[in-house]
Amino acid sequence: MVEAIFFVLAIFSILGGLGVLIFRQPIHCAISLLLTLLSLAGIYIILGAEFIAAAQIVIYAGGILIIFLFAIMFVSVEEAEKKKKWIPSWPSFILFGILLFLSLMFFIRSTIFEKAKGFSEVLSKYGGNTEAVSDTLYNYYLIPFEVVSLFLLVAMVGAILMGGWGVKK
Amino acid sequence: MIPQNWVLFLSLSLFTIGIIGVMIRKNLIILLLSLELILNSVNLNLILFSHHWGNTLGQVFSIFVMTIAAGEAAIGLGIIIAVYRTKVTMDADSINEMEG
Repeated sequence: MVEAIFFVLAIFSILGGLGVLIFRQPIHCAISLLLTLLSLAGIYIILGAEFIAAAQIVIYAGGILIIFLFAIMFVSVEEAEKKKKWIPSWPSFILFGILLFLSLMFFIRSTIFEKAKGFSEVLSKYGGNTEAVSDTLYNYYLIPFEVVSLFLLVAMVGAILMGGWGVKK
Repeated sequence: MIPQNWVLFLSLSLFTIGIIGVMIRKNLIILLLSLELILNSVNLNLILFSHHWGNTLGQVFSIFVMTIAAGEAAIGLGIIIAVYRTKVTMDADSINEMEG
């Protein structure tokens, strides 16, 4: 049962990724990426990461994709219709991608994994996925957490600076 | 439970699609969308091995990756809007002031 759900979600996420590659209009690519993000949230739930699945939906689908849609709003639709969507030498890059896929697939196939341990131990200790994640985050990774908050401040200032770049006073 | 190899194949497929998208697409916004695809495949790998070892450390790292992705999207789109304002194009090939 879980395998069937995983297969459906995996096929949807790969189809969404291919849509980013082949659609012409940026808005269609963004909606196609939304399909990938939501299917990946389902796969996170299968893998026992409920908090990350919720964060994926809230941050990616609700935040980042909306920023992308705002940026797409500024762009003209006709330009994407007129111009070619791929660079002229695209077959060589697709060949490179297929070679990368095959070579890495060789290593994945040759690896034999033991049975996954799962979260039963952690869940019996903490009582929930979110509790376990927050315990690890705030007890052992507090300084990286603070550094990331500083990064967000820098990103905010940079985005405001870049947004006003080249505006005639 | 699902075998780890399947999830690794899915992650590898998304990574390859993202790499190809970054290399062959001309539109700057779709370049950033492909970058998000690559970051998502990394997140999937982290969560798979978090489940494999029964340790929540991978999920903590994927939270950090999400934060970096959000900052990167904000700054990257700011740069793209600034480029669009001066060049009035979204074509990555037509931005060649540096003669690279």
